[in-house]
Amino acid sequence: MNAIASIPGKSQIEDPIVRFSGVRKSYDGETLVVRDLNLDIVRGEFLTLLGPSGSGKTTSLMMLAGFEAPTEGTISIGGKDVTALPPHRRGIGVVFQNYSLFPHMTIGQNVGYPLRVRGTAQDEIDKRVMEALEMVELGAFGDRRPAQLSGGQQQRAALARALVFRPDLVLLDEPLGALDKQLREQMQYELKRLHEELKVTMVYVTHDQTEALTMSDRIAVFNDGRIQQLARPADLYENPQNAFVAEFVGENNRLSGIVTGVGENSVQVDVGGAAVVKARTSSRFAKGEKAVLSLRPERVAVAQAGKWENDFTVDIDKVVYLGDINRLLLRFAGGSEFAVRVANVGSGPAYKRGDSVRIAWRQADCLAFPAE
Amino acid sequence: MMQKFRRRAGRGSLWQLALRAFVGLVLAYLVLPILVVIPLSFTAGQLLVFPIPGYSLQWYEDFFTNPLWTGALWNSVMIGVATTILATILGTLAALGLHGSKFRLKPVVVALLITPLAAPVVIVAVATFYFFASINLVGTYLGVILAHTLLALPFVVITVTATLQGFDTNLTRAGASLGATPVHVFRTVTLPIISPGIISGALFAFVTSFDEIVVALFVASPQQRTLPRQIFSGVSESISPTIMAAAVVLLVISLGLMIVMELLRRRSERLVGRAR
Repeated sequence: MNAIASIPGKSQIEDPIVRFSGVRKSYDGETLVVRDLNLDIVRGEFLTLLGPSGSGKTTSLMMLAGFEAPTEGTISIGGKDVTALPPHRRGIGVVFQNYSLFPHMTIGQNVGYPLRVRGTAQDEIDKRVMEALEMVELGAFGDRRPAQLSGGQQQRAALARALVFRPDLVLLDEPLGALDKQLREQMQYELKRLHEELKVTMVYVTHDQTEALTMSDRIAVFNDGRIQQLARPADLYENPQNAFVAEFVGENNRLSGIVTGVGENSVQVDVGGAAVVKARTSSRFAKGEKAVLSLRPERVAVAQAGKWENDFTVDIDKVVYLGDINRLLLRFAGGSEFAVRVANVGSGPAYKRGDSVRIAWRQADCLAFPAE
Repeated sequence: MMQKFRRRAGRGSLWQLALRAFVGLVLAYLVLPILVVIPLSFTAGQLLVFPIPGYSLQWYEDFFTNPLWTGALWNSVMIGVATTILATILGTLAALGLHGSKFRLKPVVVALLITPLAAPVVIVAVATFYFFASINLVGTYLGVILAHTLLALPFVVITVTATLQGFDTNLTRAGASLGATPVHVFRTVTLPIISPGIISGALFAFVTSFDEIVVALFVASPQQRTLPRQIFSGVSESISPTIMAAAVVLLVISLGLMIVMELLRRRSERLVGRAR
């Protein structure tokens, strides 16, 4: 994949904190969970590995932590090959989805564990444990047991434990997955704050694209054991490199059809139902080829007078009330589901099933990819 | 309406009464023979008969002073402790090794480890006797200990495996990521968390050996006679009430261990339950 192309400034990448080169992983000797992973992680960045389950993102993280060994390839940290180094000698902080606090120790003992292992003096341990607990606002909880804390508090304690020995690199494996929505958002901000304060490199695994977009400096989208795209959040959203990324990141209308006309960086695609859509593309197409179109619902103007390249009148199939917006499901392009959003501003027409409505969008907002 | 109600309630309580009576009878059937032993052990007379002529501790005195009995008690304790140590170490290692590992022959290994529990003890005893005879282990302490270890092993494997099922393997990964060597992680994380399981496995192992008679009859010589074996020969040779005192001692020890096990089970349940 074209992963190297979107890596930021060259000067940074000369000294990556982590380098995966040619890493492959197979558990059974037959199917590859990770295929040919080449990835440089920039010192100090917040990098998210995003993908559906089974895409290889967690396996990649586990190989970096040292819990799994690559079948092929090498992993280096700070320029040193660590492929064969056991996890306890890598000095990486790891935060797990289920917190993994030691249930038989108090929160203070949990946070002090990595320091005790390193033979730190007791008064120094006490001081740093207190600092770490205060950093995650758990200063008063040092004597409690993990089971006496809420999920969010446990995860903050786990975070303090992973940070207290001041690692350069912290790995987070879906750390917010077990929390409810509100707590998750609060923890996202807290994580970002810690990342900025401590200037550590964080590698974050999630399948939640919103989480990835709000927190990351860069996102690596995984699918089928490969990085599909590595880019900044806005790039990823605006310029997905293939249909998978377009569909996985953000809401997306997918249309497929046959190319009927080719221009410079643009194509016309017959999507059925007598509709020909003009779209932007960075791929080369020939007439008669199959193409997949991707269009964000919020880029479709509904019942507006604007003069845009794509302009259709369609029937409403369903209206879904979501409070702040109404989602209209339209019958377009021979029946495939097509969603648009209408802001619920209180005025304006009341849409209902069976009505006709005019929709329009710019050519630049609709992306065409080769069908796989 | 009310009458109908009452009648139904009446019938219900009749059934309930019958059920309770039946359950009471079953429990009495189970426990009474054991309870009969207790007053008999305190008899002041020479015979095992009711009514008891008077109460005395003479048979306990005999039990704790007669070299025949003290020797048997000492043998039982020693063989029990050795069996416990051996079975606990081997069983815990086996459970740890089997936990989380996936290999093709794992079900076979598990089945083999559990076999002594399913196989009739007398067959195990006969087989052990012939096998040990060929390698000169019959009539030795080591022979009895090894045979008892075989019988006790499944209990340790089962209890430790059960405890490990509630053990989050991510905890060992967490320990490793924090810089602890595998041995240190085992000592400071795994062992403290699964220790209730190991201890109750050990108690099971001890009780198994302490109460065991069949293997003791086949493999042990008079020199290694254990308490159950001494009681057995006491019954067939001389009907001395000391047997009753011995039985009560055995009972108290077993009961005490059972209570400790139950307390440990509750403690471990609380610990695992709270961790969730």
